[in-house]
Amino acid sequence: MKKVQEDSSRRAALKTMLRGAGLMGLGGAAWGGVADGLQASELTIRPPAALKEAEFVKACIRCGSCVEACPYDTLALATPDDRTAIGTPYFKPRIIPCYLCTDAPCVKECPSGALDIGKITENDLLNINKSKMGVAVVDQNSCIAFWGIQCDACYRACPLMGEAINLKFERNDRTGKHAIIEPVVNREVCTGCGLCEHACITEKPSIVILPVDIANGKAGSHYIKSWDKNDEKRINTTKEKSAVEANTAEDYLNDTESLFDD
Amino acid sequence: MSITRRDFVKSSAVAAAAATIGISLPSSLKASPTAPFEDDWRWDKSVCRFCGTGCGIMIATKNDKIVAVKGDPAAPVNRGLNCIKGYFNAKIMYGEDRLKKPLMRVDANGNFSKNGKFKPISWKQAYDEMEKQMRKSLKELGPTGIAVFSSGQYTVQEGYAMTKLMKAGFRTNNIDPNARHCMASAVGGFIQTFGIDEPAGNYDDIELTHTVVTWGANMAEMHPILWSRVTDRKLNKPEKVKIVNLSTYTNRCSDLADVNIIFKPNTDLAIWNYIAREIVYNHPEAIDNDFVDKYTQFATGVVETGYGMRKPDHKKFTDKERETVKHQVEKTVSEAEGVTLSYLGYKAGDAMKMKHASAPKKHWAISFEEFKKALEPYTLDFVAKISKGDEDEDLSSYKVKLKLLASLYIEKRRKVVSFWTMGMNQHTRGVWVNEQAYMVHLLLGKHANPGNGAFSLTGQPSACGTAREVGTFSHRLPADMVVANPKHRAVAEKIWKIPQGTLNGKPGSHIMKIMRDMEDGKIKFAWINVCNPFMDSANANHWLKTARQMDNFIVCSDSYPGVSAKVSDLILPVGMIYEKWGAYGNAERRTQHWKQQVVPVGDAMPDLWQYIEISKRFKIKDVWGAQKIPGLPDGLPDVMDKAKQMGYSPEDTLYDVLFANGEAKSYSWPDTIGEGFHNTEAEGDGRRITGTDGELWKGYGFFVQKYLWEEYRKFGAGHAHDYADFDTYHKVRGLKWPVVDGKETQWRFNSDYDPYARKADNGKYAFYGKALKNIPQGNLKGPDKSKPKMDLSNKAKIFFRPYMDPPEMPDKEYPTWLCTGRVLEHWHSGTMTMRVPELYRAVPEALCYMNADDAEKRGFRQGDLIWVESRRGRVKAHVETRGRNRTPKGLIYVPWFDEKVLINKVCLDATDPISKQTDFKKCAVKLYKA
Repeated sequence: MKKVQEDSSRRAALKTMLRGAGLMGLGGAAWGGVADGLQASELTIRPPAALKEAEFVKACIRCGSCVEACPYDTLALATPDDRTAIGTPYFKPRIIPCYLCTDAPCVKECPSGALDIGKITENDLLNINKSKMGVAVVDQNSCIAFWGIQCDACYRACPLMGEAINLKFERNDRTGKHAIIEPVVNREVCTGCGLCEHACITEKPSIVILPVDIANGKAGSHYIKSWDKNDEKRINTTKEKSAVEANTAEDYLNDTESLFDD
Repeated sequence: MSITRRDFVKSSAVAAAAATIGISLPSSLKASPTAPFEDDWRWDKSVCRFCGTGCGIMIATKNDKIVAVKGDPAAPVNRGLNCIKGYFNAKIMYGEDRLKKPLMRVDANGNFSKNGKFKPISWKQAYDEMEKQMRKSLKELGPTGIAVFSSGQYTVQEGYAMTKLMKAGFRTNNIDPNARHCMASAVGGFIQTFGIDEPAGNYDDIELTHTVVTWGANMAEMHPILWSRVTDRKLNKPEKVKIVNLSTYTNRCSDLADVNIIFKPNTDLAIWNYIAREIVYNHPEAIDNDFVDKYTQFATGVVETGYGMRKPDHKKFTDKERETVKHQVEKTVSEAEGVTLSYLGYKAGDAMKMKHASAPKKHWAISFEEFKKALEPYTLDFVAKISKGDEDEDLSSYKVKLKLLASLYIEKRRKVVSFWTMGMNQHTRGVWVNEQAYMVHLLLGKHANPGNGAFSLTGQPSACGTAREVGTFSHRLPADMVVANPKHRAVAEKIWKIPQGTLNGKPGSHIMKIMRDMEDGKIKFAWINVCNPFMDSANANHWLKTARQMDNFIVCSDSYPGVSAKVSDLILPVGMIYEKWGAYGNAERRTQHWKQQVVPVGDAMPDLWQYIEISKRFKIKDVWGAQKIPGLPDGLPDVMDKAKQMGYSPEDTLYDVLFANGEAKSYSWPDTIGEGFHNTEAEGDGRRITGTDGELWKGYGFFVQKYLWEEYRKFGAGHAHDYADFDTYHKVRGLKWPVVDGKETQWRFNSDYDPYARKADNGKYAFYGKALKNIPQGNLKGPDKSKPKMDLSNKAKIFFRPYMDPPEMPDKEYPTWLCTGRVLEHWHSGTMTMRVPELYRAVPEALCYMNADDAEKRGFRQGDLIWVESRRGRVKAHVETRGRNRTPKGLIYVPWFDEKVLINKVCLDATDPISKQTDFKKCAVKLYKA
């Protein structure tokens, strides 16, 4: 069994060594398929309160202070194998998730502002639950809870249990007497800490953390939810270009030849 | 051969519907669980290794290895589903550190040494040493000098064989299961109330009821498959069906519950009485008078019974411990007790002497008027005040919840099931609180009929089937008989074909007392069977030191190295569940058998084989002479003459008499029921193990598991504990006993369903249990000797039991309640589930769940390492203020599965005085940074 408690000085030494070695070279292969055709960097999960990816990579001075500050050894600095800007901090939740320290030591130690404490500050108080490191996405085919197995390991592991992950109860028509209890992620609340991905008991996790921009879709701003007062705010933040080429009506009407092309 | 998913779904849905209405389909229409989707896999039915739910599973084997499991779609309990422990049944046997060879502490010369290091030895060397050590203890201390830690995880046959070996062979009653820690209070409640053990109802009550009330039962984590049935019931009729969850902290059941009641530890005693008072004083029309008059009798009992602790002058106690232990002898009546015990003349501040500690079961009949009078103090105001468990909750909203709870019970035609597990059983007044559940259900006539009943759930897979039904307890014999009753002993002696007078009539040591006796040097040889007592017993520091520092010899039969193996002297590697034939009995009286699927790993051998092998080492002349028994002035008689008259020779071994007699050999192997399957005990196996005699193990030559089953079932046949024959269980998905004329019994005591109730000819109901049915009459203060005893044949008792404080409560120095328990991901002490990598990763360590404000007040941050310290010991754990268990201020919850956080060092070994079950749910601790 894994030894949980380790002598802290020994741990510190190990930490530095491992980081130098590129964090055991784990994870890269698993991400390979997904990463093709994408900017690899876009799939990287950053520490709490990180700026948007492009800005973050520019702002981060690769000093490793956040990595040193992390008490759980969650964070590592990227090596050439890691498909992201070398020397920038990231983590792989399946290996070690972010435990959402309420005092956010990694963010506090950041000298460059690449980790922006303002993003997790609310009424002058730190609120680590405001983090947006990514968002959890469930594969409903491999998630055994959707088969009817009584699992919800992710739900119980979630530090915002009942808020970031909720349970949906459905009747199991096959058995006629057991409910199917499914985990449902609330993307507004999910911090992307990855405790769910870490806890998931399937061979390859059936709930994974993806960066918010990758995971989230986006509805058009031409339709507003009448039942949600706040939905109008979407327009204020959205400038949309027309997707149609700017052909005039006259151009169209005067072009009768195209009707007789064949 | 191919079957599409759609066809499969269709046919299993038809089968499910058919099974519900009780018709059996031609097998060609059933989705065949044995259809070979993978050509070279063999699928066969079995059961889940873990909890008392009793889910059916199918096991796939290939090349003598388990390659997959699936839920058994034909199993009525789970219909093909599992929880995540069940999901990993295939992986539990193949952990890297599985024990594969006997290991003994030896010196440089390879001889046993208490301080030696463990080294692999042969089976013969192991048994030579074991025999030597047993003889040494027997010679020095007599039959009471040896003991067995038994289990609710034994197969039926293992439990039966070990009980027979200990009680009939070695004439000791020092065999007691970890099930004592789990449901002894439930047994006490059943025996005292009904005179017979185990629930009246079954799991179908869930689909038939309108109300599920959980009392100290976190079913969502501990009985997940049953909880999914409760959830489905709620979804089916969301308006009508109500779920109420009573607990001392918010848990996973709270998600579904309509009402969550967070109460102060131990005040469930007061809440039940509040419900009864509401019925009797404010809703007398709700009382089912016909039922109460015809089928019940009011009763009460003594209260000055102590808390199952040792006397405070015991030399091994520290002064700190004595601060609590002194309450075993005397306590000061508290404010609350001043009210609840006023009917006995007590008032707050009085000294109460525990004058009935040695006879806590004493009870007598009382009138309804007396019963009513005793309930008077349990008003809403009083009960709400003493029981509200969350100081941040508004008192008036708490009162509304209590009223709602009472009204759900009271509502005419509303069906109610009360489920409970460890919250009510692990309780220093556990038997009382069990009796109170029946009190409410019986008053309302809402018991033993479909959808209505007080239903005790069990923790272990065969707590019912083995520990209770076989009676692997220090005071029991099979089929609810007890060693103290000479008639019962005579029945057992006849079935076992042993001389009259062989059995010892003095109950042995219960599991806590085995530990205590070892500390006192009264037991010097102990054998651990299918359990982990040095991890799961409260006040563990005492017992760990006893094991390692005192003169004794401990044998541990186990599959993985745990705490108990670590402190033992000899370790015997065992075959796990699917490596042997066996049977389990679940919480709804369902007995399920399975076949040996694979050969054990390494040199591991089935537990049954290990028990029978030792019987070859002792002759009847070694054990059946006169024996001294402490507390039994005449000791045990010499029965050798009678044995000779029965045709036995003094040179016969216990093996010859108990296990390889003529009847046993009449069950021949091979047998058609076992065609194509292994039987390591009967015929050996391809590994060619060298046995305990140093010779190649070739098997007993007969079908020992079938023999043991067939002999065992004679005990219950005709006595309301009837089982079907061995072969039948290999064709069905379990049967709920009593099985009469091939039919199982759905609801006991109800003559519409139970042939024994019909036979009693007592009207619709007959509570026909025989135990404790002749009791004195009296009033609230005590029995009246001038009145004749009352015969309560076919009646149940409605007990009045008062509220009392537990023996240790938070104070200035130790201000916080500690509650322990389990988590869904891990089973008991984690020896199996912590070896499944997926489950280990999901929950790698036991956390200290605590209230966020409490943590902040003490300067703890989420994740901080803290000490949890009681008067008995301390452990370190990480603070968790989020997550599955949300505790109110003043209470922490630490699960016990993790040996790195050995929380039982902290727990108090107080027990219920009647049931001797430890209260793991309450003690006082202080917390500080590590």
